[in-house]
Amino acid sequence: MNVHEYQAKVLFREYGVAVPEGDLATTADEARDVAERLGSEVTVVKAQVHAGGRGKGGGIKLARSPEEARQHAEEILGMILVTKQTGTEGKRVRKVYVEGGCKIARELYLAITLDRESEQFAVIASTAGGMDIEEVAAATPEKIHNVLVDPVAGLSSWQSRALGFKLDLDGNQVKRFDVFLSGLYRLFVEKDASLIEINPLVVTEAGDLLALDGKLNFDDNALYRHPEIAALRDPEEEDVLERTAAEMDFSYVGLNGNIGCMVNGAGLAMATLDMISQAGGSPANFLDVGGDADKTRIENAFKLILRDGEVRAMLVNIFGGIVRGDLIAEGVVAAIGSVGPSVPLVVRLQGTNAEQGRRILAESALDIQSAETLQDAADKVVAAATQGS
Amino acid sequence: MSILCDKSTKLLVQGMGRTGRFHAKISIDYGTQIVGGVHPGKGGTEIDGVPIFNTVEQAVTATGADASVIFVPPSGAADAILEASHAGLRLAVCITEGIPAADMARTKALIAGSGMVLIGPNCPGVVTPEQCRIGIMPAAITKPGSVGVVSRSGTLTYEAVDQLTRLGFGQSTCLGIGGDSVIGSTFVDVLALFEADPATEAVVMIGEIGGSAEEKAAEFIKANMSKPVVAFIAGQNAPPGKRMGHAGAIISGGKGAAADKIEALEAAGVAVSRSPANIAATLAALQ
Repeated sequence: MNVHEYQAKVLFREYGVAVPEGDLATTADEARDVAERLGSEVTVVKAQVHAGGRGKGGGIKLARSPEEARQHAEEILGMILVTKQTGTEGKRVRKVYVEGGCKIARELYLAITLDRESEQFAVIASTAGGMDIEEVAAATPEKIHNVLVDPVAGLSSWQSRALGFKLDLDGNQVKRFDVFLSGLYRLFVEKDASLIEINPLVVTEAGDLLALDGKLNFDDNALYRHPEIAALRDPEEEDVLERTAAEMDFSYVGLNGNIGCMVNGAGLAMATLDMISQAGGSPANFLDVGGDADKTRIENAFKLILRDGEVRAMLVNIFGGIVRGDLIAEGVVAAIGSVGPSVPLVVRLQGTNAEQGRRILAESALDIQSAETLQDAADKVVAAATQGS
Repeated sequence: MSILCDKSTKLLVQGMGRTGRFHAKISIDYGTQIVGGVHPGKGGTEIDGVPIFNTVEQAVTATGADASVIFVPPSGAADAILEASHAGLRLAVCITEGIPAADMARTKALIAGSGMVLIGPNCPGVVTPEQCRIGIMPAAITKPGSVGVVSRSGTLTYEAVDQLTRLGFGQSTCLGIGGDSVIGSTFVDVLALFEADPATEAVVMIGEIGGSAEEKAAEFIKANMSKPVVAFIAGQNAPPGKRMGHAGAIISGGKGAAADKIEALEAAGVAVSRSPANIAATLAALQ
C-alpha cells in the first residue's frame, strides 16, 4: 500500500526523522494560510498524488509570498497531473502540501527496502540525490552504496556511520545521519514498510539533514497489525476496479485488452494471459478467483470483469483440483444464469471430474463454448473477441 | 525413491482448523501417515481420528514425527515454523498465504543451520505419487514415475502435472515452493535434491516473473546438473510494477521480467516452453 508524501512526513516526524515544516491544504485559501503560518522566505507547494516525477509534470512550485502560494495552489488543485509514473491518463490532484523552503548545500538519496536476493534489509544511499536512482545505477554505479542489515540483528550505529562517511558527510553530519537513519530503520521495521525512499535527502547550508521528499510503501500482508497505517489508504488514488476486487478478496489487475479472464490460481492466471497473447488476443485483466471458486465467487468475478466496458469476450479457465469440476460447472452455470453476461463466453474446465463438468455446461442450454485444452480455449476466445469487436 | 517425502514420512499437521482438517483427511485417504495434529489447548483430544497435541515437541516425542504441514493463519505461521524447527523436524511445509515478508526474512535467518528444510510459505505442498501427500495438491492427477516437478505456483503446477500424466510421464515428486518474495527453499535447493535423487531422470521447473530465483537456477543448472530440465516462465505479458496475484510476482526496478529469465535458462541449456500448453510436449521432444 502506498501513502502520500504528507502522510509519510507525519510518520517521519514521529520517528525523529527530520523534515521541513509544512501542512496539508485542500483549497487555495488554506494553502495561503499555511504559507503565512510557516513564515519562511520561500515556500513550496506540492501536489499530493501517488506518483513520482511531480516536479517535471508541473505539480511542484516555489512561492515567494503567501499570495503566490495561494495562486500556485489554485493552479495545481484539480489539475490532471501527468508524470512518467502516472501513465498518459494522469492523476487528478485533490490536495497540496505546503512546505517551508530551505537553503540546500547538497542533495543525497536514501532508501530502505527488503532485498530479495540476500533476504536481508538493504539500506541504499547515493551522493547523486534528486535524480532517478535507476538512471544513477545504470550510469554511475560507483555513486551508490548498499548496506545489508541482518533482519534479526538489526541496524548498528557503525553501519550508519560507515555509510555516512561514504556519502562524504563531515563528523558532525555523520552523527546526525546516524540519528536520521536509525529513526528511519525503526519506522521501516515497526510499521512493516516494504520501501522507504527519500529523494532528495538534503544537507542544508547550516549542515542539517532534512527529508525533502518521502515515499513510503507498506507490506499489504502486515496491514492487519497496523490499523493506523491501513487507515492512511486513499481510495481516490486507486483504480476503481482494483479497489472493488480487493473488497471482494480477488487478486485483480486491469490491463488494456478486450478479453476478460477468470482463472483460479495466480500462476495459471498469468499463464492464461500469456496464452491469449500468443494466440493473437489481448487480455483485459488478470483475475485470480482463488481456490474455493464457488457460485458466489464466480458470480462476483463475472460482475467485476463485465464492469470493464472494453470486454468483448470472456475466458473462464478453472483447474479443478480439490474442488471438483462438476461442482465448478454448476457454479458457472448458476452464476451465468443470474448475471447474464452479454459477451461470448469460453469455459475451460480441467482436472478432477472435468468431463462431468463439461457435460453439465453442454447440457445447460446456455451459450457457452467449451474448451478442453489451454490452446483450444485461447484460440476460441480470441476468435470470439475478434468477431465481437 | 523421491525427494522430501515418501511412504515412511510421519507427518504432523500444525493448525487443525477447517482447512487443516479438510486436507488432513484427504492426505490420510491417500495413504499418508498423519501421526498427529498440533492445536494449542486441544492436546489430549482427537480430531477425525488424529491425536492432538498442545506443542510440536510433545507430538514429536509421542509419535516420532519427522515432518509437519502448517495451516496456521498468517499472524501465527512464522511462529509455527520456528516451533517446528525447534522440535527438530526434518521438513516443514507451510501452506499459509499472507505472511508478512519481514517475518519470513527473520524466520528464515533464525532456522538457518537448524537442518530443517522449509518448503513455502504460500505453496500448494509436496506430493510423492502413491506414497505421500503433504498440503493441498490434487494427488489424483499425479502418477508415479521419474520426472521431478518444481514450481512457484499452485494451479499451474497441476496444469503441468496433468499434461505430463496425459503424455505418459510419471513423476518422482511434485512440489510448489511458494509465490512469496521470501521462501524457505528456492529452485536451486530443490534442483540439487532432484539431481541427487536416483529416481528422478528429468526436471520440469515452472517459474514466474519477479525476483531472480530463475536466473540463479540457470547458473546452478549450467554448473551442476546432469539431468535435463524443461522450464516455463509465467507472466511473459505482465505489465511492470503490478503484483500479479502472488506477493513475489512483480517486475520492479527493471528486474524480474520473464524475458530475462527465459534468456538465462536457455543459455544454461534448459528447454523453455513459450506456451503453458506445451510444457509436457517440450519434455517429450527431448526424449
